[in-house]
Amino acid sequence: MVPRTPPEVGGMGHSVKRKEDARFIRGKGTYVDDIQLPGMLYLDIVRSPLAHARITKIDTSKALAIPGVLAVITGADLAKYNLHWMPTLMSDTQMVLPVEKVMYQAQEVAAVLATDRYIAADGVDAVEVAYEPLPVVVDPIKALAPDAPVLRTDKTDKKDNHIWHWEWGDRAATDRAFAEADVTVRQDIYLPRIHVASIETCGCVAHFDRVADKLTVWMTTQAPHAIRTVFALVAGHVGLAEHKIRIISPDIGGGFGGKVPVYPGYVIAVAASVLTGKPVKWVEDRMENLQADSFARDYHMTCELAARKDGTLTALRIKTIADHGYADAAANPSKFPAGLFHICTGSYDFQAAHVEVDGVYTNKPPGGIAYRCSFRVTEAVHAIERMTDLMAHHLGMDPAEFRLKNFIRPEQFPYRSALGWEYDSGNYAAALRKAMDRIGYAELRREQAEKRQRGELMGIGISSFTEIVGAGPSKHFDILGLKMFDSAEIRVHPTGKVIARFGTRSQGQGHETTYAQIIAEELGIPVADIQVEEGDTDTAPYGLGTYASRSTPVAGAAGAMAARKIRDKARKIAAYLLEAAEDDLVWEPGRFSVAGAPHRFKTIQDIAFAAYTNHPQGMEAGLEAVSYYDPPNLTYPFGSYICVVDIDKGTGQVKVRRFVAVDDCGNIINPMIVEGQIHGGLTMGLAPALYEEIAYDENGNIQGGSFIDYLLPTAVETPRWETDKTTTPSPHHPLGAKGVGESATVGAPAAIANAVVDALWHLGVRHVDIPITPAKVWKLLREKGVSE
Amino acid sequence: MIPAAFEYHAPASLADAVKLLGQHGDEAKILSGGQSLIPLMKLRLATPRHVVDINGIAGLDYLKEEDGVLRIGALVREADLEDSEFIRARYPLLHDTSRVVADPLVRNLATVCGNLAHADPANDHPAAMLALGAEVVATGPRGERRIAITSFFTGPFATALRGDEVLTEVRVPVPLPRSGGAYLKLERKVGDFATAAVAVQVALDPAGTCVHAGVGLTNAGTVPIKARRAEGFLRGKPLDDATVRRAGELAAEEADPVDDVRGSAAYKRDLVRVLTARALRLAAGRAGAGR
Amino acid sequence: MMRVQLTVNGERHEVEVEPRLLLVHLLRDVLRLTGTHIGCDTTHCGACTVLLEDRPVKSCTVFAVQANGKRLMTVEGLERNGTLHPIQEGFVQEHGLQCGYCTPGMMMTSYAFLKRTPNPSEDEIRHAISGNLCRCTGYVNIVKAVQYAAARLQEGGA
Repeated sequence: MVPRTPPEVGGMGHSVKRKEDARFIRGKGTYVDDIQLPGMLYLDIVRSPLAHARITKIDTSKALAIPGVLAVITGADLAKYNLHWMPTLMSDTQMVLPVEKVMYQAQEVAAVLATDRYIAADGVDAVEVAYEPLPVVVDPIKALAPDAPVLRTDKTDKKDNHIWHWEWGDRAATDRAFAEADVTVRQDIYLPRIHVASIETCGCVAHFDRVADKLTVWMTTQAPHAIRTVFALVAGHVGLAEHKIRIISPDIGGGFGGKVPVYPGYVIAVAASVLTGKPVKWVEDRMENLQADSFARDYHMTCELAARKDGTLTALRIKTIADHGYADAAANPSKFPAGLFHICTGSYDFQAAHVEVDGVYTNKPPGGIAYRCSFRVTEAVHAIERMTDLMAHHLGMDPAEFRLKNFIRPEQFPYRSALGWEYDSGNYAAALRKAMDRIGYAELRREQAEKRQRGELMGIGISSFTEIVGAGPSKHFDILGLKMFDSAEIRVHPTGKVIARFGTRSQGQGHETTYAQIIAEELGIPVADIQVEEGDTDTAPYGLGTYASRSTPVAGAAGAMAARKIRDKARKIAAYLLEAAEDDLVWEPGRFSVAGAPHRFKTIQDIAFAAYTNHPQGMEAGLEAVSYYDPPNLTYPFGSYICVVDIDKGTGQVKVRRFVAVDDCGNIINPMIVEGQIHGGLTMGLAPALYEEIAYDENGNIQGGSFIDYLLPTAVETPRWETDKTTTPSPHHPLGAKGVGESATVGAPAAIANAVVDALWHLGVRHVDIPITPAKVWKLLREKGVSE
Repeated sequence: MIPAAFEYHAPASLADAVKLLGQHGDEAKILSGGQSLIPLMKLRLATPRHVVDINGIAGLDYLKEEDGVLRIGALVREADLEDSEFIRARYPLLHDTSRVVADPLVRNLATVCGNLAHADPANDHPAAMLALGAEVVATGPRGERRIAITSFFTGPFATALRGDEVLTEVRVPVPLPRSGGAYLKLERKVGDFATAAVAVQVALDPAGTCVHAGVGLTNAGTVPIKARRAEGFLRGKPLDDATVRRAGELAAEEADPVDDVRGSAAYKRDLVRVLTARALRLAAGRAGAGR
Repeated sequence: MMRVQLTVNGERHEVEVEPRLLLVHLLRDVLRLTGTHIGCDTTHCGACTVLLEDRPVKSCTVFAVQANGKRLMTVEGLERNGTLHPIQEGFVQEHGLQCGYCTPGMMMTSYAFLKRTPNPSEDEIRHAISGNLCRCTGYVNIVKAVQYAAARLQEGGA
């Protein structure tokens, strides 16, 4: 796409350098832990060593004896205000602090308030808690057994550990298609628990000003407005009204979904500040972050595909057990307890499909949120892309040819999937062919054949994913009843400079730059003249926040729509100034001119000045607009990834030799930022594919509770990503954009897993669950009699 | 993660350090690089009442060959070995090892002697020093004593050092003619402890026959292991493919690993077999290249 | 409490600290140099990287008292007299940062690395920054940022 604006304006298509970088490269960002207020107190949390236990005694006397320890807050203290339980985003309940029993290892048990973070830590050490162990339920399948201990005894009507059943699609048609199929394949696939592990952990500074009767909370949140409303709804009975709550989400050190939920620590800090009238800081450490904050995934899927002999896919069936820990604290739209998992028909044209998901309670932390993906989309993509590969190999077809045969064709868009989604646009074959050309697919297949002769293990894996992002249309999408629109407010000052505020919150995506580019595109005002702000609920318009790749599709669209409202008014002012009819004016970025007389023009800056100094009689002064954008549909970014792996027969180590990613996110606002998002997303695809997992032993002890065992890849493990693109605009988005922050995380794991299985297929290996660790590969190799 | 309170001592001399250790006994810990101690203190897995910081003691940062011995002082950092062209050329096993200890930032503070004194069976230098036949120097109230590395590691995180002794030096015999060494570590990612790792040091005669072999194993048991049977088998043989493979099998038999998050005991044992053979090939190549 | 004298970014400070105070907390909470961040408890992430006598170290794994009499440099010391250091320019020009949280540590490691290795290979850069975790960028553009800075420094950029 050739940019419509010159570089000095910097509209869409320009790789404008990021405005936010100026503070970050100087160490002048303001993250939550950087905030230090006079008289601030520190909160630290006592956590359970056991996964399931009754609390028989909490002895705070030794802690309270430490000079500087001011209070130890327990569940009993919060119960006085009915604040010991809170609702989750999925209308389940979870404990803030327990009164009776703990439900997972590392659960909050009590909180110590002290004058200093060192003293608070000493206080935590000194609190003595006595527990009576209860039977631990770790395995969600065993949790459903009739004799399994019932975990949620707080729910008097609950007689088992089953949370909900959800299904979608035409069961009868799907069963029929399977009965009629020439070929079927079936595979159990587990997508393990993982954690987003943003490098900044979660925390807040809560400050209740007794004089102003106002609560201000600086908080690591991706959705400040929704948080304010939740606080008002939950704590209204203790006098916190919504106009007396200000949530400020300052600079955020990575979010990826982990900073959507409300964690107990935030609530306790707020309660402590309200009770003391002093500012209270709570910042979790890394182990607390990994052990107690919301996890992602944990889907046990049984997947089946049906096809004809000629390789035409016909039907898909998936049954899933979703392990939610002790509470369903997912961050899904209300109507979709399994998120958008029913995008699982992927890029393929199925006759029929049916999916079922059952949510289950276990003695693990509550969740599950996304890990840099739209709601449960990675689970869906992994299932379909693994299964497609399995079917291709089963039929003896090349996985690329098999995909090309079964893709939804460009002329079928808008395309209604077997599970009811209306895909906006796509050209899947173009993306895959580009990736094949770029990586030299045919040559790699030849190399693989030669290596196999020599006993060397090399694999080529493909993932041709379709995402579903930009939630979402208000008809179907809400969180706790709040419709999933988003917003922009633009004010053009008299001198033509702009302040624009949005309902989202960047966590590194570069909104200060890309939103400015959208406005620059629409109004022709240079990016340098546009200041973007987000994250302060006292100033920004209401929005649902940044997650699920919704910022560009929803808030970005709101920015464009608000800018167009401004342009409409600017046209009226220009007509007045030029003494011409509105219809006779021609717009080009930054100016209106009279048709046929291009020397008669007014720049947007001229018009802005006039809006405050010389506006037409009868028109309101000023030049500003607000838009609350309710998207007509979701957007469907897609791409094809091809990965080459080499496997060390002796050690089982998998090395990603090359990885080509061709993405299509529609029209691009800032190519530099889009590429950066893809690089990051790919790395967060590599991570769970080969390294990351939060596992538990049979007693519910976490196995990956620090960076010692929760393995974030470094620059050494991460390959040099190769990226490319195709461009298929979204027909319904005002800018033709689709969103890109998560595509690569969604698409990459399947490409890597497929490459590993491809390397081992001839040995009889059919599937490997991620993370594909050296130990796992070694075991498979030895089982197949391969050794060094 | 906040350490418990302690009293800090920064003695200016070794004698003062030893005296402090004598005074405080089990309640004192020596701080050199601190890259194992401080994380343990932050987790409150270690809560020493007294920390004796030896970084201010002059003259402990020497790295020099003298009288047929490479002497590594207590304050020589991993990065010092890593950055030393002399070490790379003459002690490739030590150079390999220093490059895979934790990560580059940790190596700027972590010391070689601390890596030994901490006696974590997953630490890397113990196996290297076992392969090299090193000895350590312990300085206590009665002066210095030397301890052969083979009798230094007495259990997991336990050594032959007395409570009032400081590990002040590790002494590595200078390599024989036509020597080579290598350290191969399988780690899940950079910064991880070894799933398993193998250190080998060999010397060849002019005909290519192995005249000396040292093999040390990391994280293959509750203490660092010297694979004596593999060593014995190698001596007197040319390091051909069959020999190094067989040595790998013997080393694997001598390994005594346990299941943990890094892998099963069977996996680790097999890694010892594979890595021993590979390390021997690499070391033999280096020895043959005239090092 | 112990009295500690140290020089940070050329400025001398004298403070009273508890022996257990971690250097990172001295910098952040006492000296209010909040550009140095904290990302883990176990000496893995490198968000707290500062230069101690010119060597990059993880300041969460050093006691403040150990810095007595020492020279430190933090991210706030990179810019001199209003001029960005080439490593800072490189991170902007090559889009080597997103959320910005790991960036100060990455830059301090890279700054020290380029002083010792002025003309590095990609592989050397990747190893040099392997003690610093980034969750946003996928490292590709951080490597490019270091290469950019290396080229500028070779030209005599700073």
